[in-house]
Amino acid sequence: MTTAGSAPSPATLSRSVEAFTQILGTGRVLTSPEDVIPYGFDGTAALKQRPFAVLLPTNTEDVAACVKICDQEGLVINARGAGTGLSGGSVPSAHGVVMCLTHMDRLLEFDPANLTIRVEAGMVTAAINEAVASKGLFYPPDPSSLKVSTIGGNVAENSGGLRGLKYGVTRNYVMGIKVVTAQGEITEFGNACVKDVAGYSMKDIFIGSEGTLGIITEIRLRLLPLPAARRTLLATFGTMKAAAETVSAIIAAQIIPCTLEFLDQMTLRCVEDFAKIGLPVDCAALLLMETDGPIETVAAEAKAMEAIALAHGASSVRTAKDEAESIELAKARRSAFAALARIRPTTILEDVTVPRSELAILVEFIAQTAERLKLQVGTFGHMGDGNLHPTFLTDERDEDEMKRVHQALDAIVGETLRLGGTITGEHGVGLAKKPWLKQQIGEGSYELMRQLKQTLDPKGLLNPGKIFD
Amino acid sequence: MPKQLATMDYAVLQQCMHCGMCLPSCPTYDATKRERHSPRGRIALMRSIADEELEIGQGFADEMSYCLGCLACQTACPADVNYARLFEAARTDIEATQLPRPLSRGFWRGLTLRGLFRYPRVLRLFGRFLRFYQRSGTQAFLRRIGFMRLLPQNLRRLEPQSPAIGDAFSDALIQPVEVPAEPAQHRVLLLTGCMQDLLFSDINRATADVLLANNCEVHTPPIQPCCGSIHSHNGERELAQEMARRWLDLVKPADFDAIISNAGGCGSHLRHYSSLLGDDPAYAERAKVWDGKLRDIHEWLQHIGCRPPTSVATGAKIRVTYHDSCHLAHGQRVTAAPRNLLQMLPSVELVELPEANWCCGSAGVYSITQPQQAAELLDRKVAHIDSTGATVLATANPGCHLQLQNGLHAAGLPVTIAHPISLLAEAYARETSPSSL
Repeated sequence: MTTAGSAPSPATLSRSVEAFTQILGTGRVLTSPEDVIPYGFDGTAALKQRPFAVLLPTNTEDVAACVKICDQEGLVINARGAGTGLSGGSVPSAHGVVMCLTHMDRLLEFDPANLTIRVEAGMVTAAINEAVASKGLFYPPDPSSLKVSTIGGNVAENSGGLRGLKYGVTRNYVMGIKVVTAQGEITEFGNACVKDVAGYSMKDIFIGSEGTLGIITEIRLRLLPLPAARRTLLATFGTMKAAAETVSAIIAAQIIPCTLEFLDQMTLRCVEDFAKIGLPVDCAALLLMETDGPIETVAAEAKAMEAIALAHGASSVRTAKDEAESIELAKARRSAFAALARIRPTTILEDVTVPRSELAILVEFIAQTAERLKLQVGTFGHMGDGNLHPTFLTDERDEDEMKRVHQALDAIVGETLRLGGTITGEHGVGLAKKPWLKQQIGEGSYELMRQLKQTLDPKGLLNPGKIFD
Repeated sequence: MPKQLATMDYAVLQQCMHCGMCLPSCPTYDATKRERHSPRGRIALMRSIADEELEIGQGFADEMSYCLGCLACQTACPADVNYARLFEAARTDIEATQLPRPLSRGFWRGLTLRGLFRYPRVLRLFGRFLRFYQRSGTQAFLRRIGFMRLLPQNLRRLEPQSPAIGDAFSDALIQPVEVPAEPAQHRVLLLTGCMQDLLFSDINRATADVLLANNCEVHTPPIQPCCGSIHSHNGERELAQEMARRWLDLVKPADFDAIISNAGGCGSHLRHYSSLLGDDPAYAERAKVWDGKLRDIHEWLQHIGCRPPTSVATGAKIRVTYHDSCHLAHGQRVTAAPRNLLQMLPSVELVELPEANWCCGSAGVYSITQPQQAAELLDRKVAHIDSTGATVLATANPGCHLQLQNGLHAAGLPVTIAHPISLLAEAYARETSPSSL
């Protein structure tokens, strides 16, 4: 046995590969460089690590059996889905065994009568919506990667999305999970009941645990009836501050639209360059506002939001002409992060979130910081829930510039925390946000988190080095 | 030739920020759900090679052979990664690496890439020979006596699919210069292609007719070099450069308002002569002008304001569906123009094909090098075509045309295939002689 992180002996490795192969069959245990290099990263810039092996299990029992081998041999395990994470949460450890769950993508049980669905962790999030739409239902959380990312990854990261403002995040829809523990035991928490207070709410400990406490293999989700109507509005502004103030005013007026998305000019231009749908690229900021619900409510909310935007200095407010245009606009918005990569070789994405009343201050601060440090930044995000994605456009090969990027990140985190915010709204801590976690939550809370980890994974084999060292 | 991946601008590799947005668009990832068979996985391997963390070996060669090169990932990519460039660089590096390969591979590559597709006269001679073989009864005789059993397995599989050579090549159908009835408003160069010339010269004639009907003076050199697409796609960069130079020696791009291609695969390559000759001072400038003039026929017609046919529909409308050629849709981003054009035809009811821009498996020589994956893609495509109830499938690339012809025939579906431009030419023809089909 070896301690986590140190190099396992060749004998350990070959014995493990043999054991994995016996469980999974040949073709589901990958070890050649060409096979494993493509699993060495997620969607986060400038982070990569070649794993030792990649496992492609097809059921929970096989996952558990493989984890038992790792537990015996002291091999570290990095669970992952589609690898679209944005904080390095699923970047492998050195000598790590990647447990890739994308081949576990079956729909296990669709129960429209109880408004629930049970699926394997590897199911692509968008596929869930496709499966339930025919019964007039939907699964609300919609991270930008929803056509690629898996529900297991979404649960492990507690992903948000464009609709978080009204519908909340992944956590609000998880009713139950099946988890393989660090010791390779299969456990289940939660059920199809709306109410359940039997013991600790263990499922909530695993949601957002980033693969450090257990491997989630099955999920039961809550579904909602599809809203009768929706309407999308586009408002343009001459300053970013005016857009931020509009958002604060809409919330203060007690309107909860389903999305309030913000794009600055840099982001707008990149997105338009990709999507070519005629976005107004000359404005300093664009708000994408969407309301859904009963027809009358939608009409009233749309009217009220338009009036508030105009009162706060919007230069124009336009309504999407139909459902097709609404979908096109949301799709374009989802491409924002990757579209920003057009400008420079490396894109460093932030995920800071503040109480909504403080948005205008943070937006200004980001712009000033970038200017002060002579950096290019594109800012977009879910303004309605106070979640911003300032994205630095840089080049990882330029040491001096990267140093300034880190200075900027430090400054933005400092200001965010001063405003009562969080270092990450929806991307998770992973590797990328690790330096700032203690600063946010304080020594005592940090230690309690470590104790929890120590209790559930005493050998430190599950996704070590993520969240904290 | 220097190592392409190691010496190319590193920013091209870095452009991929591995967000994964390409995954659902990739037919090979869709088939296997393995990262190495995905665009970002392949780019990660290429970057490892450039970083000298991985050597080019059989595994990488197999991977790049498995990639269709359909470029669907380019359409999906918000970051604008130039996958075409990376793909060709990788294949060039693989060809330059001494890997153990069957001798027959060298023979076929030599015959096609260094022989037939390099010398247009030889290619036409070969075409004449094939035409004689197919029509003199020799083919029927050899098939009857079971001669085909003596062929190597791969050839035996392909022989029944060997396409019928056209009645005449393009130079017999199109004069070197043709002028429209009205005073010409545009001067264009028409490229007749290799496969298009051998198999579908009628499409070239139709293209000339449509250009004339839209007041273009059409220049069509009777002997035309291959554009070099097939060479570039198969890792023969130097031969591709040779082909590009031949074209630039043959014509002066500045003499024309547009250079017209009607084959998706050729057009996609033809637009990028600068990336082949950008470092060659004798040709760089001319290549740039060439790239700027190159237009797909649908795109050009849309640009100049294609004249709607005045003929009226007789009888019931024909249901037509459109299959996007990968290199027209993803390589050239031409998707709306062919559909708009079909919608303009009085006797056509256009229905959208599900997954219209998903590769049909033709992909150059893919159906020969990766028969199983190609067949799966073809089956998927044929099922979608069947679901539309269309009796005509429109598509604008000879590779797709052939592949789908074989697929539809094998499935016993009574669907005919036509280039959108052929349908437009027919509609124009009906203006003056309504009885013709």
